[in-house]
This record gives sequence, C-alpha cells and structure tokens, in this order.
Amino acid sequence: MVELSDYLVLGAILFGLGVAGIFLNRKNAIVLIMSIELILLAVNFNFIAFSHYLDDIAGQVFVFFILTVAAAESAIGLAILVVLFRNRETINVGDLDSMKG
Amino acid sequence: METVYLAIPLAPLIGAIVVGLFGKTLGRSVSHWVAIAAVAVSTVLSFIVLREMLWGGGQPYNDTVYTWMVLGDLRFEVGFLIDRLTALMMVTVTSVSLMVHIYTIGYMHDDSGYQRFFSYINLFTFAMLMLVMANNFLQLFFGWEAVGLVSYLLIGFWYQKESAVFANLKAFLVNRVGDFGFLLGIAAVLMYFGSLDYQSVFQSAQASPDMTMSIWGDAEWSVITVACILLFIGAMGKSAQAPLHVWLPDSMEGPTPISALIHAATMVTAGIFMVARMSPLFELSETALSVVLVIGAFTAFFMGLIGLVQNDIKRVIAYSTLSQLGYMFVGLGASAYAAGIFHLMTHAFFKALLFLGSGAIIVALHHEQDMRRMGNLRKYLPITHITMLIGTLALIGTPFFSGYYSKDIIIEAVGHAHRAGATFAYWMVLLGVFVTALYSFRLYFMVFWGEERIDPHAKEHMSHLPRYVMPVMEWPLILLAIPSLVIAWFTAGPVLFGGYFGDAIFVAPANDTLAELAGHWHGPVAFGLHFWASPAFYLALAGFLTAWFLYIKQPGLLPAIQSRGRLLYEVLVRKYGFDWLWINLFGGVGRGLGRLLWRVGDVTLIDGLIVNGSARTVGRVAGVLRHLQSGYLFHYAFAMIIGLLVLLTIFIGQWRGWFA
Amino acid sequence: MIELIIFYVFAAVLLFSATMVITARNPVHAALFLVLTFFNSAALWLMAEAEFLGIALVLVYVGAVMVLFLFVVMMLDINVAPLREGFARYLPLGILVGVVMVAEMALVVGAEQLDVGLTLTGGGAADTGESNTRLIGSVLYTVYVYPFEIASLVLLVAIIAAIMLTLRRRPGTKHQDISQQVRVRKADRLRMVDLPSERRE
Repeated sequence: MVELSDYLVLGAILFGLGVAGIFLNRKNAIVLIMSIELILLAVNFNFIAFSHYLDDIAGQVFVFFILTVAAAESAIGLAILVVLFRNRETINVGDLDSMKG
Repeated sequence: METVYLAIPLAPLIGAIVVGLFGKTLGRSVSHWVAIAAVAVSTVLSFIVLREMLWGGGQPYNDTVYTWMVLGDLRFEVGFLIDRLTALMMVTVTSVSLMVHIYTIGYMHDDSGYQRFFSYINLFTFAMLMLVMANNFLQLFFGWEAVGLVSYLLIGFWYQKESAVFANLKAFLVNRVGDFGFLLGIAAVLMYFGSLDYQSVFQSAQASPDMTMSIWGDAEWSVITVACILLFIGAMGKSAQAPLHVWLPDSMEGPTPISALIHAATMVTAGIFMVARMSPLFELSETALSVVLVIGAFTAFFMGLIGLVQNDIKRVIAYSTLSQLGYMFVGLGASAYAAGIFHLMTHAFFKALLFLGSGAIIVALHHEQDMRRMGNLRKYLPITHITMLIGTLALIGTPFFSGYYSKDIIIEAVGHAHRAGATFAYWMVLLGVFVTALYSFRLYFMVFWGEERIDPHAKEHMSHLPRYVMPVMEWPLILLAIPSLVIAWFTAGPVLFGGYFGDAIFVAPANDTLAELAGHWHGPVAFGLHFWASPAFYLALAGFLTAWFLYIKQPGLLPAIQSRGRLLYEVLVRKYGFDWLWINLFGGVGRGLGRLLWRVGDVTLIDGLIVNGSARTVGRVAGVLRHLQSGYLFHYAFAMIIGLLVLLTIFIGQWRGWFA
Repeated sequence: MIELIIFYVFAAVLLFSATMVITARNPVHAALFLVLTFFNSAALWLMAEAEFLGIALVLVYVGAVMVLFLFVVMMLDINVAPLREGFARYLPLGILVGVVMVAEMALVVGAEQLDVGLTLTGGGAADTGESNTRLIGSVLYTVYVYPFEIASLVLLVAIIAAIMLTLRRRPGTKHQDISQQVRVRKADRLRMVDLPSERRE
C-alpha cells in the first residue's frame, strides 16, 4: 500500500533536486527554468498526495492553477530568453551583471 | 467717549496703513496730507479728552475694548485707562507729533523715501498712543515693542548708510537688554499678582506689600522690589539711562524729525511715563526708588559732561536729552512723580524745538552737522536763531521759561527727599545745571556767533537757495517755541501742587516731597521772581558766562585747557568707555560665543557630525554593502534559497527542540 | 504489494531522470529528460487517482511546454562550454543544500502527527464512483469560477507578453501596407508634365 509519506518524501527529494539544480546550473538560464519546473512539480506532488489522502478535490484544483501559472511563466521566461539572446548573443547568466551595485 | 478714545490711536494707524501701502499711488502731497490729517484728528481729540478731564468733570475711564484671548484665569485684553496722566501724555505726544509731521514736509522734501517716512511716523504715533493709553501690562508691552520697532526702522531710515544700519542694530540690541528685564518684570507681576490689569495688580500689591520670593539659595527677596527693578531695567533701555544709554547718541543717524519726535520728546520718555504709571508699585519699594534715583542722577550729570566735547550738533543735543531724562528719573526717584512728568512735558517741547532747529540748520548748510564748520549763522537764519535761543534758555532753566519751573522743582524735591542716595542725587543734579548751561551755550555760541566757518561747498549750496529755511519748517519752530516759553505759567501750579493727577499717581504720604514744597509755592510769577534764592540759577549763570568767555571772549584759551586736562578730555571723548565695554566686552563675548557655537556647535557638530556625518555613515556602509549586489541573478537566487533553508532549520529546530 | 512496486519503479525513474535534467551536459538532453520526468510524474499522479491532472500534465507540459523548450534550445545557437564552468566547484554545495533540505522535509513528513491521521483514509476518493474529471469540473466552474477566469486572463497576458517580447520589425522586408495604399492621394503619385507638341518645321 502506498502511503502518504511515500509521496511526500518523493516530493521532497524532487524539490531538493530542483534546488540543487539551481546551484549547479547557475549560468545556464534554460536549465534554471527547468529546475524551477522541477520545484513546481514537487509542490504539485504534495498537493496531489494530500488531495488523495484527505479525499479533498480542492488540492487538485490548486494544482490546476499552478500548472496554468507555471505554463505562463515558462512561456514568458523563454520569450525573455529569446530576446536576451537576440540582444546579447548569449544566455550566460554570468554575463548579465548590469544590475551590479 | 469710548469712540473718541478708540479714534485717537486708530486714526494714525489708518493713516500709516493708507500711506504705507498706497503712498506711491497717492503721490507725495496727498500722502502727507493724509498723514497729517490723521495726526491732527488725534491731536484735536486728545485736547478734547484733556478738556473733559479738566473742566468737564470727566471721571477716569478704565475698560476693556477687546478681549484678545483667555487662558484660564489669564485674560489678554486691549483696554484703555484714561485718566489725567494719560490725557497729559496724549496731548504731549500728539501735539509734538503734529509739529514734527508738518516740519517733515520741509525736511524730507527731497528724499525718495518721503511716503515711507510719513507712514513710519504715523505708525509711531499709533504705537506711542497705545503704550500711553494701555490699562494692562500686555498692551503696555505691545506699545513698548512697537515704538521700539518704529524707532529701529527710522534710525535705519537711510538704510544705505552703513553707520545708520550699525546704529539701528545697536539701538535694537541694547533695547533687547532692557526689554529682557522688562519682560521678566511683567512675568514677576503676573506670577505673584495673577493679573496683567493695572488696577488689580496695584490693589493686590497694596494688599500684600511684604511678599517675598527666593530666587536662588535661601535669600528672601521682596517681590515688589524685584519686580520694580526689573521693570526699571526696561525703562533704562527705552529711556536710555546709563549703562543702557549707548544707543541714543548713535540713533542720531536717523533723520532729524525722528530725533525730535522719538529720541527726545516721546519714545524715550516712555520709561518715565511707565514708572509714573507704576507709582503704586514703586512707592512700596524704597530700594527700587533709590535705584531709580541714583541711576537717574548718574546719567544726569555724567552724560551731560560728554555733551561738552561733542562736535556734532545733534549729538550734543542727544547727550543733553540723556541728561534731562536723568533729571526726570531723579524726580521720580524722589517720589516727585508729578515733577518728573512735568519735566517730561516741558522737555518734550523745548527739546523737540532744539532738534527741529538743528535740523533746519543742517538742511540749510547742505547736511553739515559739524559745529566746527558753522558759526555766525544768526545772520542767515534769524527765526531759527531766536527760537533756538528760546529753547536753550528753557533748557538751562532761565527764570520764567518752562524749564526753570520743572527743573527747579525736581532739584528742590530731591533736596527734600530722605531716601538713600538722595544727597548724591542732589549734588549731581545741581552740578548738572552748570554743565547743562555750559554745553547748551557752547552749542549756541558755536553755531550762531563767532566767526563764520562754513564749508565753501555748503556756502555755494546756500547761495542757490531762495530761502535758507522753508516756512513749513519755521512754523513748527515758532509753534514749539511758544509752549517752551509759556506752558509752565499755566500748568506748573495745578500739575505740581494742585493735585492735578488725582488718583492717577499714588504717593505714599511719608514720601510726598512735593507736598513739603507746596508751602513755598505762591504762583508762577512769585516763583520766577524768587530765582535769586535758588543755587541752580547761579550755577546756570556761571555755565553761561563760562561758555561766553571760552567761545566768544577768549576762544584761544580752549586748546590750552584741552591740553591741560588731557586725561579728562580723553575720558569724555571716549564716553567713559561704555561703548567700548558694550561693543568689545559684551558684544565681543557674544560674538565669540556665537562664533564658538557656529564653528563647533553648528558646523562641526550639527552639520559635520549629525547631518553630513549620518549621510557619510550611510555612504560608507552602502559602500561596503554594494559589493553584495553583484548583479548576478544566481547570487540572489542562492541568497533566497539559503535564507529559506535557514528559516526551515529554525522552524523545524524549534519544533524539534534542537535549540533548547 | 504490486502497487508499491510500481510506485517505486516510477519513483526511481522519476528521480533518475530529474537528476539527469540538472546534470546533463547538453540542454537538449536535459529537456528530453525533463519530458521523461513529466511522464513518470503523470504516471504517479494516475496512481494517486488524479487522472485528469495526469493527462493534463502530459498534454500541456509534454505536448506544449517541453516542445517550446526544445524549440528555444535548438533555435538558439548556444555555446554550452562556458555555461558549465564552475559546475564541479558548486557540486558539493548544491548536494549539501539539497540533502539538508530533503532531510529537514523528511523530518516533517516522517513525523507522527502526519502519519497517524492520514494514511488510514488512503484511497477513499475512488469509492464515490464519480469520475475525477467530473469532480474537478464541478468545483472548478462553481466554487472556483472567479479564480478560473483570472487564470484565463493570466494566460492571455502571457500570450500577449510573449508576442510583444519576441516581436521585432525587420526594416528590410517587403510587404504590403493596405492602409497606406488606401490613404494615398493623387498628388503623391501623379505628376503633371507639360510637354509641348513638336512643331512641324
């Protein structure tokens, strides 16, 4: 029998992988966006698991909205990336330091 | 009657506002007609009030016309106290003011600030009337400061002249010293008598004359003495008594009509009026009256001496004014308030006359003020000569002239007074008569007699004049010369001995020196004929003869005398070092303190440490912190994640009890 | 029992592919592994009886978003080498942060309060016999109708934003401007020239 904690631990590990991904691929903007997708996926896992075990459909509705916002976010993120590449010929985050104090 | 009382001060105020705001539009002649009409209204109404007091059986009027604000038990009001003292002052102020207004048409004829000048003197008349008519300390203080303000404005009337600006600043600052005392005195009165209204203060003071206060330590001070001395310090500032007299000679930088109106006849006598008004308080304090007596006597004699060595015609008269104010205070200090006020009145006429006369001379000589470049002017200015001679004779106390009555009575009263310092004061005022005669006739002889020493430039100017003195300037001289000569004939008896003041002035029976003299009074003619018995007459005669001898008969003797008495001469020229004391010692210490506060307190501490310092600190901290802002996206992401981790650790740690 | 085995298989593939996403050298590979991750997630969601969301994840993410990712990755000529520098240096820190975070979350998840109350009701949702899609639909269009509308606006804004960001005018291209054609005046095009006829000599 699959237990709630199985899902939750899986979500936690996925979240940890997403965070580690941000650290590892700190210069590659595309993989950064992918890491964020991983983190959002981990969050969604938690919602789905609780929704299932609490027998409450609201959690799934929440996931629905998260998916919507995440899709919008990645669409805009990729658009920014395209514009960035067009202007700077790079997507290296290390080159983007014009906000330096 | 209330409408009349209200109209008296308001007419000049309206005149001042109209002329001040619309003077440029109205033009010169309309402006001066408005101003003169305003003062003329006041003058006529003042005479009506006086007549009502004397023959109409008018009772003193004491009422509030406007309540400004009420704070608990404390009422700030505008009110009038019209009694015989006030009526006398009102008549004096308005009539001298009217003369000066008329005279000004001639004196300021070519000045670009013509309308401004009329506005100021109108405003001054308003302020002085408010001061005189007040029935409470607050309004008195308002008038006091307002006349001070106008005095400041008028001394610096020619604001492009550096010496005038210095003089008006000096007058302002020295008056601040006096006003500080005055304000403390009012505060003491308010604190201990709980009211600002004259009548209630006098009543509570009479009810409890022995109240004491402790200022520091355990020493007990009489409240009334402290309050009276503080009020008198205010009077010293306004009426230019030593050592606060230094501003008055410098105030001669202002136009001459001002010197006549403000710095001789009216404003400077505000202190005398105030002390007389406060007679119910002063009578309760022997000590305060002694202070008044001694300060007045000191000023009367020693300031007169300085007049001997001055060469500026207006400054001689200014020192004479100081000396005469000293006489008035001596009269007050001897409890002969009526004599002090009487001298105030006579002095107002003849001193205004002298100032206006000197103004006529100055204008005729194309703004020449140095007496060493005058001489033999009687040939050119006959009317000025005659009127100034009358003024001079009145000033030195020639029998039958008004000054004779007022001054002799003061001397007699001091001779009969028994208070501490009375003997000193008696000798001072007696010797002062000699000094007065000497400097007055020195001025007279230097200006009108002897050889002609007029500057060729001024002479050239004079040759272009159709008349040396305009009629509009001569008429006030004549109109002032008449009261200078005759006013005492009608007024001396009732004012001094006839109980003219009634309840307006309170004199304790034990102090009533004038009552002692009353037995010797048999009318003005008898008193005038009695001159041979008065030592003052012989001293004045001696002064006249000395002046005649030194300046007419043997002018060559003067340099010899000067070199013999070099030390004394130096002391007098340096004015006993009062100016030096004030400017260098007090002014210097003040400036030093100011510079210290400026440099250390303001520039270093506030600007440097607090204002710029905080900005610099923020800048430095930011300079360090800006290195945190690398601009790299991942640094911010790392910071977020690590912060999240730390928060998570803290929450879980607290929950699991890791930190306990 | 078999259910548990299936769960662990999917979970293992999920974690492996997620690890490959963050460590892959080539972004194209990373994107493909992310596709795999999503597929496995969808499978696990199906196991948790969230059928609608599982299918939606496959359709929306695998079908649309990940294709977008691949488009972008392939469209941009990315030099991968500089993007990887410092990877080894940050590896220990990344692992440390990830491990600490997982450990702390596991502490919460493994706690007694969560375990006791919740595992017992497991699998209750299926008993109603209602379809999962129908359930979601019935609340989404009633209770959550305003958030739903707002979500549609968010998507609209995202569309407009993406278009505005990437749209650019190319000055060199030749195309027809209808409005300009309509606005044209006679004076713009026509020039009257007076040509005198030749005179016969």
